[in-house]
Amino acid sequence: MNTGRVRWRVLAAAPPLLFLGLFFLWPVTAIILRGLRPNGVWTLGAFSEVLLDSSMQRVLWFTLWQAFASTLICVVVGLPGAALFARYQFRGKRLLWSALLVPFVLPTVVVAVSMLGVFGSGGVSGIELDGTVWAILLAHTFFNYAVVVRTVGSTWSTIDPRLEESARVLGASPWRVFRGVTFPLIRASLAAASSIVFLFSFTSFGIVLILGGIQHRTLEVEIYDQTANLLQLDIAAVLAIVQLAVVSAVLIWFGRTQRRRAVIFEQRSGSEVEHLPSSNRQRAFIVSNLVFMALLLGVPLSVLAVRSFLTPAGWGVEFYTSLTDARSGSTSFVSPIEAIGNSLFFATGATAIALVLGLCAAWAIVGSNPVHSRSHSARWTDTAMMIPLGASAVTVGFGFLIVFDEPPLNLRTSSWLLPIAHAIVALPFVVRLLVPALRSIDPRLRDAASTLGASPRRVWLSVDMPIVGRAVAAAAGFAFAISLGEFGATAFLARPDRPTLPIAIYRALGRPGEVTFGQAMALSTLLMALTVVVMLVIDRFRPANVSEF
Amino acid sequence: MQTNFLDLHELTVRFGPPANTAIDRVSFSIGFGEIVAVLGASGSGKSTLLRAICGLVALESGTVVLEGVDITTTPTHQRGVGLMFQDHALFPHLSVSGNVAFGLRMARLPKDARDLRVEEVLQLVGLGGFESRSVSSLSGGEKQRVALARSIAPSPRLILLDEPMGSLDRILRDRLISDLHDVIEELDMSAIYVTHDRTEAFEIADRLAIMEMGRLLQIDAPPTVESAPASDYVARLLGHQ
Repeated sequence: MNTGRVRWRVLAAAPPLLFLGLFFLWPVTAIILRGLRPNGVWTLGAFSEVLLDSSMQRVLWFTLWQAFASTLICVVVGLPGAALFARYQFRGKRLLWSALLVPFVLPTVVVAVSMLGVFGSGGVSGIELDGTVWAILLAHTFFNYAVVVRTVGSTWSTIDPRLEESARVLGASPWRVFRGVTFPLIRASLAAASSIVFLFSFTSFGIVLILGGIQHRTLEVEIYDQTANLLQLDIAAVLAIVQLAVVSAVLIWFGRTQRRRAVIFEQRSGSEVEHLPSSNRQRAFIVSNLVFMALLLGVPLSVLAVRSFLTPAGWGVEFYTSLTDARSGSTSFVSPIEAIGNSLFFATGATAIALVLGLCAAWAIVGSNPVHSRSHSARWTDTAMMIPLGASAVTVGFGFLIVFDEPPLNLRTSSWLLPIAHAIVALPFVVRLLVPALRSIDPRLRDAASTLGASPRRVWLSVDMPIVGRAVAAAAGFAFAISLGEFGATAFLARPDRPTLPIAIYRALGRPGEVTFGQAMALSTLLMALTVVVMLVIDRFRPANVSEF
Repeated sequence: MQTNFLDLHELTVRFGPPANTAIDRVSFSIGFGEIVAVLGASGSGKSTLLRAICGLVALESGTVVLEGVDITTTPTHQRGVGLMFQDHALFPHLSVSGNVAFGLRMARLPKDARDLRVEEVLQLVGLGGFESRSVSSLSGGEKQRVALARSIAPSPRLILLDEPMGSLDRILRDRLISDLHDVIEELDMSAIYVTHDRTEAFEIADRLAIMEMGRLLQIDAPPTVESAPASDYVARLLGHQ
């Protein structure tokens, strides 16, 4: 019977692994071959040509330093926020903890548009940052703040405050306590958060494309430009390889430090640790943190929503009503409102694919037998499912463009192309949500069910599924939200007559005029509302024991 | 050998690698309506023995014959053997009646008959009226009773009890153990009762089996084990000096 279980597990791993091979490894291999073997001969010629070009060097340098700067800013402003959630009780804490996630799950296009609403020309702040590096850094901070606060905050909240108190009693100043006690214990989670922020900033596409103007481009933007506008696929391939190399290096470095630096300590539950503020200094700390969050996160989103109703003729819904006409003479052939239908359609397809494959993969990784759950094949499957995290969405889109444009597999005009690409992006998140949920099921429940007469299939249906149902709902919501907001791959793959919401927003930004900018804000507000609704649903279903992201 | 209810012949279970023999050539038989208590320290293989009888672990060798039918290769869900777990293992997503009805649902009993049986069994374990309660709201003793109700609801002829009193305090334990004895007798089931507690074992068993390191050392009526322990180890386990 045990061997039967193992065989099922191998079978379950097959569909997700095949999918990954066909729709991820093949396109990425095609990119690498294109860069290193352009005319059927292995050569580094294209490589040195690109890397010696001074404008490419500028792109590479800018990509690196803005990613470092974004990470540094996020850590500096995020640590006080993490301390706030780890140590203090205040009203609305739980709600704020969930609300923090909103910017992180917002489509990058929406983030960029809301920054334009505040700092663009005619923005409410009166400061024009559009096209400067500051707009990019600000948007990255807005986008990634929650990563630092939530990742570090949840670790911090498990540190026994008596450790810090003992250090104080032993004569350490507050700063020494932080350096000597707190920091070593949160270092692993801070490294985790920093690597995530670095990777997101390094592979930032939508934000830089919209806010960066012509001077500021990341590798991602350059790859897109070389492909879509200049048709220099060989150069784009070389850039994509450089990008893959840097991303892999960061992931490997991260894996190593995690293993070496992690300090195992006894964890306290949050409710034992947090307390009400007891001095004015502590109250000021809480208030200043909350004000900062309101300014950083609340203002851009409110401005976006408010300005979408502020037409040249005063308050009104003109921006929204104008979304329904496909205006002659404009560059889009379809009404912007149709983009909503397209987005929902693609997101449904992507969610279905990611969920079915994610469930197969998670089941194969966990297995129904705890003795085997740490086996080689399980670990291998687990690692394989995480690989797409290492590549950017632009790489996925670019790879699809090279590979699926011609026989044997011509998907260029298939309406499955986008759902498949989105599913590749969403799959790692889906698997990461499902695996811990499946692992948390007490194996004896399955044993109990089978002694009561349940066949393996019925055990799965009547024990596993109901218990992981919440995680499945959360994973579905995540996949849906990711697909709704996906821009990097979509920019390469969307057909002109079937734009998604983010594409429609980007197109509207590309056309001059107050009305089209208003339309972009109206569409962004709609997309934000959709995403927030999906996130609220996830938050209701999110199992408590599941990892932060 | 047809007169026996259950025959275990040379059961061997090995885990590994590294190879580790959990139970080693264990053989004994149980008569109709008999209760056998298996007594042993933790790690003696007594829980593994139960899991082997109901098919949750694969045997390396040996046969299990239930009522004259060789069930060695029958999948767990078709054996019709009840198992009550240490720490209950109640389904957290189901109510009390959902838990008790689980086996009846698997047997595709119609809803009316199911409800009737759930009510009957809950009465039997002294939890009448608990049907719609959530399992997380129950006390330790109540959970134990629900677990018992769940495993006897499909009317198995053989019930395996894995330290069923494991997490309960002494007073509750004494009361439940005589209830348990009555229930098993009333339903005319045979039972194997695994425990590390000698008082429990003496109280409930018709015969006592002593295990150490995967081997069966002795199986006899409690007075015989008491008066003539088969080895020094058995004597020490029973508290003799």
